[in-house]
Amino acid sequence: MNQVNGNGAVAMPARPNIVLPVYMDYQATTPCDPRVLEAMLPYFTEKFGNPHSRSHKYGWETEEAVEEARAQLADIIGADERDIIFTSGATESNNLALKGLAGFYRDRKDHIITVQTEHKCVLDSCRHLEQDGIKVTYMPVGADGLIDLDALAAAITKRTLVVSVMSVNNEIGVIQPIAEIGKLCRERGVFFHTDAAQAVGKIPLDVEAMNIDLMSISGHKFYGPKGIGALYVRRKPRVRLKAMIDGGGQERGMRSGTLPTPLCVGIGTAAALAKAEMPAENERLRRLQRRLYAGLAEAIPDVFVNGHLERRIPGNLNLSFAYVEGESLLMAIKDVAVSSGSACTSASLEPSYVLRALGVDVELAHTSIRFGIGRFTTEHEVDFVIECVLKHVGRLREMSPLWEMVQEGIDIKSINWAEH
Amino acid sequence: MAYNERVLDHYENPRNVGSLDKADPNVGTGLVGAPACGDVMKLQIRVGDDGLIKDAKFKTFGCGSAIASSSLVTEWVKGKTLDEAETLKNSQIAQHLALPPVKIHCSVLAEDAIKAAIADYRAKAAAKVEARKAS
Repeated sequence: MNQVNGNGAVAMPARPNIVLPVYMDYQATTPCDPRVLEAMLPYFTEKFGNPHSRSHKYGWETEEAVEEARAQLADIIGADERDIIFTSGATESNNLALKGLAGFYRDRKDHIITVQTEHKCVLDSCRHLEQDGIKVTYMPVGADGLIDLDALAAAITKRTLVVSVMSVNNEIGVIQPIAEIGKLCRERGVFFHTDAAQAVGKIPLDVEAMNIDLMSISGHKFYGPKGIGALYVRRKPRVRLKAMIDGGGQERGMRSGTLPTPLCVGIGTAAALAKAEMPAENERLRRLQRRLYAGLAEAIPDVFVNGHLERRIPGNLNLSFAYVEGESLLMAIKDVAVSSGSACTSASLEPSYVLRALGVDVELAHTSIRFGIGRFTTEHEVDFVIECVLKHVGRLREMSPLWEMVQEGIDIKSINWAEH
Repeated sequence: MAYNERVLDHYENPRNVGSLDKADPNVGTGLVGAPACGDVMKLQIRVGDDGLIKDAKFKTFGCGSAIASSSLVTEWVKGKTLDEAETLKNSQIAQHLALPPVKIHCSVLAEDAIKAAIADYRAKAAAKVEARKAS
């Protein structure tokens, strides 16, 4: 089989069955699993009915499909299917959870606790609410990316409405102590919301055992289609939300609009597959993650892991390659599709706020690369990526004045740099 | 982001990567930028007895545009007098490489680097004259 290079041209294969660029950005998105797509297809054409139509077979058959999908999705998080609200994705779910809670309860409780390393859509929703008079506490994290439970307990007041902590971080893959946070929130009578976009299908989750009241879910992060997600909203004890979208009152009145049947079927099928394959798949991914880490960090000096190495999902590895700027490394390894925490890859010219929150030196934050591996990553691909990264880190370090200074024994921190 | 062809060319085939002996009195060294900002450039020139820049070398920690900007400057200044090299403007670099607005600072840094190298060479030359007078 011929491989396709970054320019779309066909080149002779260097290794068997590797399509270039090698996709290692599974935290950004995942491909839709062909089995998921197959389950979805009939609902675009012959089974096109509006699932809310009550008077004919077209509506009945799609309603049944949607409800089966809802049950499949509920099953992977240990929820009652009646507690699942379909949305367009995790961004909408996070907005609905936080703004919806504040909208309903703000007369009694007006304080939200969240974390500095949350996804932008949680932080931005909180900023929006702050402008509306809600108070928000942004908890710091330790150098390993995890929050301190005692500090969290101390931050909860009588006015605290909800604690919102992501299950798994999108940049560094670390897993927060969700069960402990849930227990604390339940004891203190505070709602617990978790953005589980990067966690569902990756780690076992159980809304009962973990005392989770609201959970945001995204379909395309676990091999389902883009454009669909869900918000788990507990009914017992009841959590109420002020809807953001008004209309026909679908989804228990919390999210009006006709449900996209094919997408619902897709996310449900993806959940069922992820649940069935999770133990074996996680073991396989852990092996690949270790192989990648050993192949890079043990081969060359000054490679640092960002975030706790063990308490993270096996599909993520975030590394800093000191003295090599992240964007230039991305350009060099153009046969590998990854992302960087470097400022140069963002519009703001600020390096990753997540890495900054961990206390990672700004210099090192500029040199970080996020490797995301997943269901379709092979050992061949991992080996190819190791080879490619080693080669280019070596080349770029030879080109780096900082590397040269370090080799000469100069302490870079002792230099009075002119910040620009 | 898609890069301009010239940026890619300089990035993939950088001209004049390396170092000159900074203790050599005929070598001027400019080190600008800061690791915290994600850009550090070291640019060196060696000036001949005829006052022309005989050689130029660079090492850069930074994005592709920063590497391309410094590579381009080393190419441009070779064979020029110090006064000619000093007139180099960041806008010429930015224009040649078609840098987008967020990358303009890379060209500014490259201009700063050549100016710093020239200033370093001139300071060394002046010190040499002083030393000769004193002895």
